Amino acid sequence: MSASRTTRHQVRRRMAATTPLLLALLLLAFVVAITAFGDRASARMASETLIRVTLVAGFWIFAGNSGVISFGHAAFACVGAYVSAWTTLAPAMKATLLPGLPAMLADARWHVLPASLVAGLAAAALALVTGAAILRLSGIAASIATFAFLAMVNTIWANWTPVTGGTSSVVGLERYVTPWVGLGWAVATLAAASLYAASASGLALRASREDEVAASASGIDRYRHRLAAYTISAFFCGAGGALMGHFIGVINPDAFYLNLTFLMLAMLVVGGIGSLSGAVVGVLAVSLAVEVLVRMEKGVSLGGLTFALPPGSQEILIAAAMILVLVFRPAGLLAGREITLPARWVTGRGAAND
Amino acid sequence: MSLQLVFDALSLGGIYAIAALGIALIFGVMNLVNFAHGQFIACSVFALILPSADAVATMGLGALPAPLLIAAILAFGAGLAVAAEALVFRPLRNASPVALMVASFALGILLQNILLVAYGGRPKAVSLWPQLGSPVQVLSAQVPLLQLLVIGAVALILAGLALMLKRARVGLEMRAAAEDFDMARMLGVRANGVISGAFALSGALAAVVALVLVTQTGVADVRMGGQIMLVAFIATVVGGMGSLAGAVAAGLALGAASALLQAFLPVEARPFRDAFLYGLVILVLLFRPQGLFASVGAKPRV
Repeated sequence: MSASRTTRHQVRRRMAATTPLLLALLLLAFVVAITAFGDRASARMASETLIRVTLVAGFWIFAGNSGVISFGHAAFACVGAYVSAWTTLAPAMKATLLPGLPAMLADARWHVLPASLVAGLAAAALALVTGAAILRLSGIAASIATFAFLAMVNTIWANWTPVTGGTSSVVGLERYVTPWVGLGWAVATLAAASLYAASASGLALRASREDEVAASASGIDRYRHRLAAYTISAFFCGAGGALMGHFIGVINPDAFYLNLTFLMLAMLVVGGIGSLSGAVVGVLAVSLAVEVLVRMEKGVSLGGLTFALPPGSQEILIAAAMILVLVFRPAGLLAGREITLPARWVTGRGAAND
Repeated sequence: MSLQLVFDALSLGGIYAIAALGIALIFGVMNLVNFAHGQFIACSVFALILPSADAVATMGLGALPAPLLIAAILAFGAGLAVAAEALVFRPLRNASPVALMVASFALGILLQNILLVAYGGRPKAVSLWPQLGSPVQVLSAQVPLLQLLVIGAVALILAGLALMLKRARVGLEMRAAAEDFDMARMLGVRANGVISGAFALSGALAAVVALVLVTQTGVADVRMGGQIMLVAFIATVVGGMGSLAGAVAAGLALGAASALLQAFLPVEARPFRDAFLYGLVILVLLFRPQGLFASVGAKPRV
């Protein structure tokens, strides 16, 4: 093989680099199609879907690379949403809703973009501290500990009334999330996720996912890479949580508890936890299913007869679908493959046949 | 320390131990962390009453005389768990522990929403054996009759289980399966029998927890199994995954810690009791990540 030719390794790296581009183009096409042909309701659905892409791709950075399921990422979304509310709400509103805020936050009136970045940073800081304890545990025990972390955050948020408003909702968040804002965050998250996956830390973490013993025998410090992935992942889930708050305009702790955890997990499992493309495809597939089921819960009229599913059947059917996927296609729809350009498109001249 | 506190700690710890045992039994035989256990508890509570959206529940099975009622609910819990195993977990027998865990989480959400569709989302008042709330004088303490019954029942169940695991053939098979499942099968232990047996036991234990919870609180709520399941999970982790004795000991310890926190935390910090409890657990795990009673087989050999 001569020096001017591309090696197989280089071809792989280039192919991997096309994945976020293709996924971003897919999402762009989705947004363009919706804004061109859709109504207001479908624009809302598009924003919601893109927020979910941010959350689930953020979640994938940890769960996909480490192979450890976390039940705690909804808590990062919770923290992000509240940090953004604390920094952007009108001071007069905060004085009545959240009288216990420290003066620095009570008077803050930030722009929404720095607020969402700080929301992500706050979630990442929390992840760094709690992850330092949780990620020392082995895989399954760590999953259970993340579940305890989720419950802990929920208990604190539901009872720390002067600062979080308790179980009652915090209202009046600026509703700035359009499909384009959602697209910006989703693409940023996809870029970060594939950069991390291709980094030395990402590779080391996936090696330890495949074979813990062999990886540690090769000198990989699993704990350190897990913690790095956990922290980066929490940043995007925090930002995604802030987006969720600014999408609906109302937040309360229960919006970031078991149902969100379940939805994020379902999306990841349906698409396939093994690849970033799987995470995105899972979000699109499950969002579509949710949209159809929500409309059916509202009632569909067929030839004069109105037919409606009882409320709650959305979760029942998605949970059943998730179990069926686990039984019949355990690696998810994409089975761990990435969407990439074919090899011959990314090689230089004549290197495909070595 | 007052005698009252000892009774509180024992009864709460006893319930936690029973719930933790239900989770550890299944983890032992098939490495499944059963996130649906909380919903087994909730379903057993709702099995007592008739489906309706009313605020005050009408008794269904709950109207039976006590001995029949207890037998029926235990059988219901066991049946539900065995059915879940046959329909969901048997097809996943060779899946990774992570896939099993995710499937059980989905099953839990499924069961919870079935309850929501059938019974509505509002908590319901259920009056089961209200006379058990009356206090009894024990030495210097006033103790509700229910607490004494719970402590007695837990002691009986633990003794019975210990005897079964030590002496009966099915107990021997279960211990063998928990030790090394493949080897146990090669030596003639029938996998399906042992696993179904473990699920049946686990479901019956969930039903015991359900009966105590509903008598204690007087409500039926679709979310009621969640908190206790979480404590039970934590007990199995602290006890060392797969160790039955460890799960029981850790369950008792968590109950005691919880009763102590409730008694000695300043009033304004009490709503955060559980957050303190989980924080404590994370501290313990920092020093012993493998749990307090890790079984020898917990770390895979190469």
